[in-house]
Amino acid sequence: MEQHTSVNVRQPLILGEKTYHQITEDIARPIEGKASNLFKLVFTISALLALWGVACFAYTIGTGIGVWGLNKTVGWAWDITNFVWWVGIGHAGTLISAILLLFRQRWRMSINRSAEAMTIFAVICAALFPVMHMGRVWVAYWVLPLPNTFGSLWVNFNSPLLWDVFAISTYFTVSLVFWYTGLIPDFATIRDRQVKPRMRKIYNILSFGWSGSAKQWSRFEEVSLVLAGLSTPLVLSVHTIVSMDFATSVIPGWHTTIFPPYFVAGAIFSGFAMVLTLLIIMRKVLHLEDYITIAHIENMNKIIILTGSIVGVAYLTELFVSWYSGVEYEQYAFLNRATGPYWWSYWSMMTCNVITPQLFWFKKIRTSLIATFIISIFVNIGMWFERFVIIVTSLHRDYVPSSWTMFHPTFVDIGIFIGTIGIFFTLFLLFSRTFPVIALNELKTILKSTKENPKPPHH
Amino acid sequence: MSNKKYWKGFEELQETPEFVKLKENEFAEELPMDEMLGSESIADSKTNRRDFLKFLGFSVTAASLAACETPVNRAIPYLNKPEEITPGVANYYASTYWDGNDFAGVLVKTREGRPIKVDGNDLCPITKGGSHARVQASVLSLYDSERLTGPLANGEATSWDTLDTKVTEQLKEIAAAGGNIRILSSTVISPSLKKAITAFSNLYPNTKHVAYDAISQSGMIEANQISFGKAIIPTYDFSKADMVVGFNCDFLANWLSPVEHARQYTEKRKVDPEQKRMSRHVQVESLLSVTGSNADERIALKPSQIGSALVQLYNKLTGSSLAAKSLGEKDSRIGKLANELNNYKGKALVVCGSNDKNIQLIVNAINTYLGSYASSINLNVADNTRQGIDAEVVNLQSEIEAGSVQALFVLNSNPVYTLPNGEKLKEAIAKIKLTVALSDRADETASGVKFVAPDHHYLESWTDAEPRTGHYTLGQPTISPLFNTRNAIESFLAWSNNKMDAYDFIRSNWEAEITGLNLFGGFDKALHNGNYSSEGLNATASEIASSGDLTTAANTINQAAGKAAGLELVIYQKTGLGNGNQANNPWLQELPDPISKVTWDNYLVMNPVEAKKQGFNIILGQEEKSDVVTVTVGSTTFNAPVIAQPGVPEGVIGVAMGYGRTHAGKTANNIGFKGEGINAFRNIQFIDGNFKYEVAGANISESIGKYSIASTQTHHTMMGRNIVKNATLEEYKANNKAGNEDVLLATNLTSVGKDGKATPKELSLWQEFENKNHFWNMSIDLNACIGCGACVIGCNAENNVPVVGKDEVRRSREMHWMRIDRYYSSDMTHERAEEEGVGGIKKFADMEIPSDTDNLEVYFQPLMCQHCNHAPCETVCPVLATTHSLEGLNQMTYNRCIGTRYCANNCPYKVRRFNWFRYNNNPEFDFNMYDDLGKMVLNPDVTVRSRGVMEKCSMCVQRIQAGKLEAKKNSSRPVDGAIKTACQQACPTNAITFGDFNDDKSEVRKAWKNERKYQLLEEIGVQPSVFYLTKIKNTSSTKA
Repeated sequence: MEQHTSVNVRQPLILGEKTYHQITEDIARPIEGKASNLFKLVFTISALLALWGVACFAYTIGTGIGVWGLNKTVGWAWDITNFVWWVGIGHAGTLISAILLLFRQRWRMSINRSAEAMTIFAVICAALFPVMHMGRVWVAYWVLPLPNTFGSLWVNFNSPLLWDVFAISTYFTVSLVFWYTGLIPDFATIRDRQVKPRMRKIYNILSFGWSGSAKQWSRFEEVSLVLAGLSTPLVLSVHTIVSMDFATSVIPGWHTTIFPPYFVAGAIFSGFAMVLTLLIIMRKVLHLEDYITIAHIENMNKIIILTGSIVGVAYLTELFVSWYSGVEYEQYAFLNRATGPYWWSYWSMMTCNVITPQLFWFKKIRTSLIATFIISIFVNIGMWFERFVIIVTSLHRDYVPSSWTMFHPTFVDIGIFIGTIGIFFTLFLLFSRTFPVIALNELKTILKSTKENPKPPHH
Repeated sequence: MSNKKYWKGFEELQETPEFVKLKENEFAEELPMDEMLGSESIADSKTNRRDFLKFLGFSVTAASLAACETPVNRAIPYLNKPEEITPGVANYYASTYWDGNDFAGVLVKTREGRPIKVDGNDLCPITKGGSHARVQASVLSLYDSERLTGPLANGEATSWDTLDTKVTEQLKEIAAAGGNIRILSSTVISPSLKKAITAFSNLYPNTKHVAYDAISQSGMIEANQISFGKAIIPTYDFSKADMVVGFNCDFLANWLSPVEHARQYTEKRKVDPEQKRMSRHVQVESLLSVTGSNADERIALKPSQIGSALVQLYNKLTGSSLAAKSLGEKDSRIGKLANELNNYKGKALVVCGSNDKNIQLIVNAINTYLGSYASSINLNVADNTRQGIDAEVVNLQSEIEAGSVQALFVLNSNPVYTLPNGEKLKEAIAKIKLTVALSDRADETASGVKFVAPDHHYLESWTDAEPRTGHYTLGQPTISPLFNTRNAIESFLAWSNNKMDAYDFIRSNWEAEITGLNLFGGFDKALHNGNYSSEGLNATASEIASSGDLTTAANTINQAAGKAAGLELVIYQKTGLGNGNQANNPWLQELPDPISKVTWDNYLVMNPVEAKKQGFNIILGQEEKSDVVTVTVGSTTFNAPVIAQPGVPEGVIGVAMGYGRTHAGKTANNIGFKGEGINAFRNIQFIDGNFKYEVAGANISESIGKYSIASTQTHHTMMGRNIVKNATLEEYKANNKAGNEDVLLATNLTSVGKDGKATPKELSLWQEFENKNHFWNMSIDLNACIGCGACVIGCNAENNVPVVGKDEVRRSREMHWMRIDRYYSSDMTHERAEEEGVGGIKKFADMEIPSDTDNLEVYFQPLMCQHCNHAPCETVCPVLATTHSLEGLNQMTYNRCIGTRYCANNCPYKVRRFNWFRYNNNPEFDFNMYDDLGKMVLNPDVTVRSRGVMEKCSMCVQRIQAGKLEAKKNSSRPVDGAIKTACQQACPTNAITFGDFNDDKSEVRKAWKNERKYQLLEEIGVQPSVFYLTKIKNTSSTKA
């Protein structure tokens, strides 16, 4: 019905005079074209960083966790900081694909594919840490409740770390299935365009022999809806459970009931920031400006203001509660965060997470690509510091002052973190050249309703 | 040649032609090759290609599996099982520890023939079962691979026979030519060794035996000669003193007989509701010592003022008017001290660690006035552990340098290292015709002598000792000598043409000379007990008049004080290294200094305000390095990192003895700035006939570099928290719960507590554990703990705690299962902040700063796993590697641990230790666990932990199990006190009580009922099984 309306109250989601074919062309172009030199350069750098990270992991396994900067007082630092950071980043994809689907937010269609890919890759990076931080990685499978011949050995269902195992693995599985389901019709489109038989065969396998029949489309949509329904609670549960690693402990600064909502908001906040960072580059490099429009960016910036403000309120609430609690350890923990030896990390967090996103109240800023890009980087940094502040500044000065000490990262700590960034970008770059980065078949369903000039297309 | 012929068959015997023909072939009969390889049979063979590949695969796999077999460690069983050894069951032997500096009666635990633990011997009337860190660690020194493995002649290995022949030949030559023969030793308290030396001297009449002490009390001996006509060190009984005043005297940790003193002292310091009294202790000192840390009041004075303070005290007590320099505003504190002492007349004791005979003369006069010689000082029982007269060794030194000594024997001492002009001495020694050292290693002295005749380690040898006149102790071997070494007694006997072995020699001496031994039960009983006491030890103290020219003494003191200019350097002894003879012991190197908590290094202590003024870094951390300065004293200079030490007065610097070894072994050599250690013995000065350990006129340069310091504690105050709960004696007299108010939490539940408040236990969310059988608890009396660190070494030895080295300690990764936290008071308190309206940020910033020198108070708190009954570590482990036992213990299952470290993060006491690396068998950690010999010290009852697992105090669960089994054999329950943890056993002051809470009559249950009892961090509801008794100070006010 909408195509008969000549007044467009919302901003168009697809710019330019696009036809269905044009959309296919635009989105298949990166897959079918040749890699640019810029791509090769960026890919090489990412791959080298990834390799360096793998080398640092190997060094850790071979020598011992002692090659990190941890000590008797600070038993977790960059490892778990990175873990929570990556898991947080992995939140935007599911939110966009599941919750926005349920809410019928059609603007998600241009971004959900890459956001979901980002989720998968971020969760891969995240999952490396809880495994790698174990002193004896080779027995990591003991955290799984496997029947065994060791005797009556079982896992501890009281431990939040075990809940993490379930939460992360479930999240990863559901996200992967959801993402792949969406990819099936698009792979078929790519397949149909291939001229090289080998590529055709590969995409044929990837598309599970999709033929585009009405029955398949109907099942496709049903499955998408079911998966969206399954994923929605996961958006809330994963980071809630991650936050319980801290909330259920006795350490001042960790033992906080506010953590679950605060962590979920923070995760969406950081996830959207990372989506923005990636998409602003991607739309430029892959010439997708018509599909990922300023309107998309602005919408995401609005979510950033919302979640950023929630996070800001959470920070202030923590401060208030620590004062109001009358517990001296709690009071000192927060005073120490703000004024102790790690004051710089606290104020980096405050600046990046609370102050910078508020700039998005100005329309000019939230519709500026450069400003958005810079702020998204700030938010990424700020959210890393948030986790660092929570983990390290709470641990390094807890109850008994005689054990107070500092944490200083080693080159391995840094190498591993940079390495996971390398792994993440390597995977993302591979994705951008082999997978349809926008859900093109889904996008076609809204072409008529949301394009710039909703006239009947001329063929 | 035999004519017998052997044959295999009749064919051979008869040499048939067939046989001869066949003999030419290798095989007598045709081999069925065709049958085997015939094309037909192969084609018919059931072994087809697939089977062949299967066989091949199987054999390759089997071969490689066989090759992959884990290395086999072979245990060699006894061919003839010794009667007294049951594998898996420990044997204990009483013995005697004497290293030339420390004496202790010890009980040695051996397993399968190797000593693995040294503890105090309860039957020793001097140390009474106590020990200190150096005694505890001595078992590791036995397994030191740097020890010499046999005699040396000119640096080359030789045999004992050759060595003896050469030495006796040369001795005869020298004796015939009338040359001087000298034996230089530390104090010899072994009557048998003395007798052997006498035999030697009789054979070579020009022999003179000079004994000296690296840490000398010669001044005291000389003063006692002047005052009382007795050139001895008396024995002290601190349990008879209601007021103790120490002047630069670290009597609890180092001075003369610290284990004995610590026990006596704490007898008077323990308080309980029935006996609300304790002694008063004032310490006047120039550095912050362990003893000073325990004092009720400290007066910080420069070393040059100590003498003047004593003269003033004497004047004020007796009304005399000896010349005394003023101490400025501190004169009034000495006046107050005199008034107080007057109230304690007859029950007071003044002790002074100075080696200056003039100062000791004044001390003697004060003690005479106070009547201490009739109570706490016993001149009738001589302490023989210090007999060296400084002038004698200085004379010998000049004799050697003048070239008038032809033969020198160095026994149980290391003069090149411990004498001030050691380098010069070394050169002079090289010129002596015959030099023999009986050192256990090629140390600073032994590396420059012609013959080394290495002595046994004390755990390998028969020894005896007379630590107090009339009190004899025995030392027995607990392992056959590891190397080709020889008992010093046997060496001297051999050189005197006597081939007797040490055991026969000692036994015959004892039986011949100790009257009453037979009545006592003979040599065997003495050997069983480790000692035999004649009446000697029972002699009581008696009043004695002192004489001596006090006026001259006071004038000399004044003159010296007048000359003191510049910085004053104090050379002090550390609890870990003592005089440095065990410097190569990694346990001792890694033992945190009780005060500074620094490991592995020697350093210069300095007043924090002064250090800050000089621009030195006063806050040390993992990355924050200390400034290195060049110290110049007289003609000596050394480089030392500076540590800001609260409690040290301005104008004083201090450096410890025992470091700066160059020939002790890889663990001890060359630790320090640019690989140069600090040998503080070099800075001792010989003035007025005594070695002076306090020297004036020191200068320090500006910072010449930075140096990393490894400290186990980088934060020094309690930050206004109730960590060490404390009260004054006055408050305690008024209120049994003084300083230990109930911890109550606000609640809106009406079912528990009252008036909206309940105890953390009442508010618990968790189910209680039942602990039906045993419930192991531990109580630690903070009033008895002196912070010495013996327990830490005891724990290391018992539980195979790895040494991790300086760099790991610097990264806050020491593995010690128990630690002694040391807190300084701060001038900023919550109360003061409230009164003065100081804001939170400034308040906490100020709380980090320790009080200034004159107001400083020090608190110690031993901390190990608290064995929480609602343990936060247990809930968070994902794989149940740490769980609660049915007896209330929090236990670690190393095999199950995957190393997430979540438990350590969630431990409020931070007592869990993680194996960051593989600490055993790892060349990166080249300490005892990398050394085949060093590994012999490991306790076979305790697992050596692998990399990546968490570990912590187990409350010596292996001892609990052993105790339970022992009781089970008698079908009874363990008697209270029968099971002792290693820390408890090591503690010289019995500060630690361990036992079964379920036993109504147990000591630990009694302690639980004491109103001083508190659980650390009770408010978080983890319900520890370890609890503390509040610290009570006999002073007008305390601050923490």
